[in-house]
Amino acid sequence: MHIAHYIPLFPFLAFVINIFVGRRLKIGSAYLAVGTCVLSFLCSLKVWQGFLQGERSYSLGTWLLIQGKPLDFGIIVDPLTIMMLLIVSFIGTFILIYSIGYMHDDPRFSRYFAYISLFMASMLGLVLADNFILLLIFWEGVGLCSYFLIAFWHERPAAAKAGIKAFVTTRIGDTGFLVGMLLLFFTTGTFHFSDFQFLRGPEPVLTLAAILIFAGAIGKSAQFPLHVWLPDAMEGPTPISALIHAATMVAAGVYLVARCFPLFAAHPAALQTVAVIGGISALMAATIAVVNNDIKRVLAYSTISQLGLMMLGLGVGGLSAGTFHLMTHAFFKALLFLCAGSIIHAVGIQDIRQMGGLFSKMKVTSVTFCIGALALAGVPPFAGFWSKDEILLTAWNNHHPVLFAVALLTSLLTSFYMARLIFLVLFGKPRSELHAHESPAVMTIPLVVLSVFAALAGFIGSPLKEATGAYEGSQVMMLASTMVSLTGLGLAYLIYIRQMALPQSLLMSCQGLKQLLLNKYYIDEIYEVVLVKPILRLCQGSFSFDMKIVDGLVNGVANVTQFCSGVLRRTQTGLVQNYLLVQVFGVVLLIMWLLKI
Amino acid sequence: MIPLEHFCLLSAFLFCAGIYGALTRRNAIGILISIELILNAANINLVAFNKYLGTNDGLGQAPTVPSGQVFALFVVAIAAAASVVGLVLIIAIYRHAKSLFTEGFHLMKE
Repeated sequence: MHIAHYIPLFPFLAFVINIFVGRRLKIGSAYLAVGTCVLSFLCSLKVWQGFLQGERSYSLGTWLLIQGKPLDFGIIVDPLTIMMLLIVSFIGTFILIYSIGYMHDDPRFSRYFAYISLFMASMLGLVLADNFILLLIFWEGVGLCSYFLIAFWHERPAAAKAGIKAFVTTRIGDTGFLVGMLLLFFTTGTFHFSDFQFLRGPEPVLTLAAILIFAGAIGKSAQFPLHVWLPDAMEGPTPISALIHAATMVAAGVYLVARCFPLFAAHPAALQTVAVIGGISALMAATIAVVNNDIKRVLAYSTISQLGLMMLGLGVGGLSAGTFHLMTHAFFKALLFLCAGSIIHAVGIQDIRQMGGLFSKMKVTSVTFCIGALALAGVPPFAGFWSKDEILLTAWNNHHPVLFAVALLTSLLTSFYMARLIFLVLFGKPRSELHAHESPAVMTIPLVVLSVFAALAGFIGSPLKEATGAYEGSQVMMLASTMVSLTGLGLAYLIYIRQMALPQSLLMSCQGLKQLLLNKYYIDEIYEVVLVKPILRLCQGSFSFDMKIVDGLVNGVANVTQFCSGVLRRTQTGLVQNYLLVQVFGVVLLIMWLLKI
Repeated sequence: MIPLEHFCLLSAFLFCAGIYGALTRRNAIGILISIELILNAANINLVAFNKYLGTNDGLGQAPTVPSGQVFALFVVAIAAAASVVGLVLIIAIYRHAKSLFTEGFHLMKE
C-alpha cells in the first residue's frame, strides 16, 4: 500500500486551515498543527514498516514530458528518506508542542502555526521527491517558510533584515543549484535520482554540474562562504531556530549531497570540494563559537560547524557517517535550541555573560541542556560521540589526514565551547539580576523526550557499525575522540570554573585573534565592501540611468511639445482684430508675391 | 469724364479706411460699419470697371450686360444680410457680457 505521499499532505491541510480560519481557532490552530504532525509521524512509521516488508519507490503518474522523456511525480522510499521523514516529523511534533508554550501570548499565534505547518509539508515533500524538479519546488518552499519565520517578528528591524539576508544569500546558492541541475539534464537527459548510478557524460561537465548542485547545498546548509545568514537567522523565534535552522531545513543541503552521492562519488574533484568546504566551515564556525556571547548565536555557529562536519563526512566518502551525524545532530541540536529557548523565556536575555547559576532554578532545562551539550561535545555514550567518531574514522580510513586533523580540532573546539556555554549559563554565580523560573510542562516535556533521544540515538548506528566490520581500529579512534572531547571540557572547566590564571593570561595575550573571532573573521564586512556596496552602487547607477536617461527622453519629448505649444498658443489671442490684422498682412503679402513686386 | 484712376483712388481710400477702422475700433458696431466701408469700396470698383471696360484705354472688351452693377447690387443685399447676422451676434454678446468692447470677448482663449 503506497501511503508515503500522504505524509506531506497532513501538515499542508493544517496550513490551509490555519492560514484562512486560524484566527478563529485560537489555541485550536496549534492542536491542529500538532495533530497533523503526529499523523505524519505515524504515517512515516507505517512507511518504514512497509519498507521492511519490501515496498519500494513508486510513481504517482507522469507529470511532464520533457524532450519526450517522462518526468514523474515520483516518491522515493529508501532508508535515507525514511530516516529524514522520521526525524522531521518526530522532532517537528515535539517542537510544535514546545511552541504552544513558547508562543502562547503572541498576537500572530495561529499565523505561526500556519507557517510552521507549511514548512513541515515542504520539508517532508522535499525528502520524498525522486527528481530534481519536484525537489526544487519543496526546496524553495522550505526556503520561503524559513524567510517567513525568521522575519516572524517583522516589527523588529533586525528580524526583517535577517529574513531578507537569509533569503538572498540562499538564493545565490540556489542559482548555482538550478544551473547545475539543468547542466546535468542537458548532458545526461535525466532529472531522476535513481538514474545517477548510470550517468554517462563528459567528465569535466559532470564534475562542474555536481559542484554547482553542491552550491545549492552550501546556501541551504549555511556552509562557507554562504554561511552568513544562519547566525542572523537567530532573530526568529527560538523553536524555529531549533526546527528549521538546526535540525531539519539546514540539513536539507546535507540531504541533497547524500541523495546525489553516486554523482559526487563518481567525480573525485566534486567530492573533494564537498569535503574541503565542509572542513573550512566546521573549523571556522567552531572558532567563532568559542568567543561568541549570545547563547543562540553560539548554537548557530555550532550548527554551521556540525553541518560542515557532515559535509566533510560525506566528502571523504562516508555516506552513512554523514547521514548518521545528520540524524544525531538533529536530536541534540533541536534539544539544545529548545533549552536555550526555555532559558531565554525564563530570563529574557540572550547574553551569556549576564547569566550564571541557573542550574538550581531551572532543574529540568539544565539537566536536558547538559545532556544535549555532552551529546554535541561527543562524550560517550551520548549520540554525538558515535556519529562524530564515525566521521573521524572514515576520514582516517580513506586517507585524508588533513581533513581528519580538521575534524579532530573541530571536535576539541566543540567540546570546549559547549562546556564554556554550560559553565557560564548554568553554573557559577549569577552575574546580573535574574528572576529565572522553570518553564511550563508543555515546554519541558519535549525537552525530556528529546534528551532521551539525544542520549540514546547513537546506539542505532553503533551496533550496525560493529556488524559490518568495515571499520578497523575503531577502538583506538573512540579512545582518541573521547580524549579530545574530555580535553575540551577540562580546559573550559579550568578557565571558567576554576578561573586559573595561566589560561586566562594566555587568552589575554592573543587579543588580536580574539578580536578577529569576535568579528567573525570580518566576513560580513568583506561581503559588505566587495559585494553589497558595488551591487548597490550598480543599482543606484541603473536607477539614475532610468530616471535621467530613459525617463528624461520620455519627459523631454513631452517638454518640447509643451514648450512649442506654449509658444504657438500665444498666436491664439482670442481677439478677432488680431486675426484680421494677420489676414490683411497675409493678403498683402500674397498680392505682392502674385504681382512679383 | 472722370478718369478711372479717380474711382480707384476713392475705392482704395475707402478700403483702407475700412481696414483701419476694422483693426482699430474697440466698439463692435464700429467694426461692423468699417466692414460696410470695405464692401462698398469693392462696389465702387465693380461699377467703375464695368463702365470703363472696352473704352479706348485698352482694358479688354466691353461687357454686353451691366454685370458690375448687378454684382454691386448682390453685394449690397448680402452685406445687408451680413449686417443683420452681425448685429444679432452683437446683441447676443452684449446681453452676455454687458459690453461692446472687443477686448472683453475672448471666450475662445483658454
